[in-house]
Amino acid sequence: MSDNPMREAIKSAIDENPVILFMKGNPDQPACGFSARTVAVLQSLGQPFAAVDVLPDPRIRQELSALSNWPTIPQLFVDGELVGGHDIVMEMYQSGELHQALGLEAAPEEPAPEAQPAQAPPLSIENRI
Amino acid sequence: MSATPQELKQRIEANIPGAQAEVTGDGHHFSASVSAPAFKGLSRIAQHRLVYDVFGSEVGDRIHALSIQTKASESENES
Repeated sequence: MSDNPMREAIKSAIDENPVILFMKGNPDQPACGFSARTVAVLQSLGQPFAAVDVLPDPRIRQELSALSNWPTIPQLFVDGELVGGHDIVMEMYQSGELHQALGLEAAPEEPAPEAQPAQAPPLSIENRI
Repeated sequence: MSATPQELKQRIEANIPGAQAEVTGDGHHFSASVSAPAFKGLSRIAQHRLVYDVFGSEVGDRIHALSIQTKASESENES
C-alpha cells in the first residue's frame, strides 16, 4: 500500500472530502472548458467542494484514472463515489439528479450556467446614439 | 495519425453489440451519442465506461477528448 504514496494521497482526499472535484486548473482559473463548466454548475448550486488540480504532476491524473477506472478529467466524487465527468454532471444537473446526489433540495429551473472566464474584463457599453 | 468521426462510429458499433452511434469531431475533440440495448439497467457511469473502453488509452491521447451521451435502446431489432 505505502509503496504508492500518490495513489494513497488521492484515496485519502476522496475519503476525507464529501464533495471533491479533480480538475484542470483551479476553480478560480480553470484550464479547460470541461472543468470550467463543471465548476460553474457546482458553484451555481452553492455547493462547497474541494478541488484538486491534476496538471502540476502527471502522476495525479495517472493514479486517479487507475483508481477510478475513468479516463478523463474532470471527475466529481460525492461521499467517496465517482458521480461522473463533465457530460454526466451536466445531464444530472439538468434532470435534477445532481441535487439529489448532493443532498440539496430544489430542482433547477434555469439552463446550465455558462462558464465565465475567470479574469474576464467587464464589458462596458456606452450608447451615445 | 488523427482519428475521424467515422472511425470512432465504426469502432463503437463494432465493439458494443447492437450499438448505434453518431459521432462528430474535428480529429481531436469528439462528441458521441450512442444508443445500445447493452446499456439497459446500467448506471450512466457504467454506460460511459463501455464506450470509453472501446478506445482504452487512446482517450486523452490520440483522441484528445471524447464527450459521450448514452441511451439504452429497447432491442437490437428496433426499427
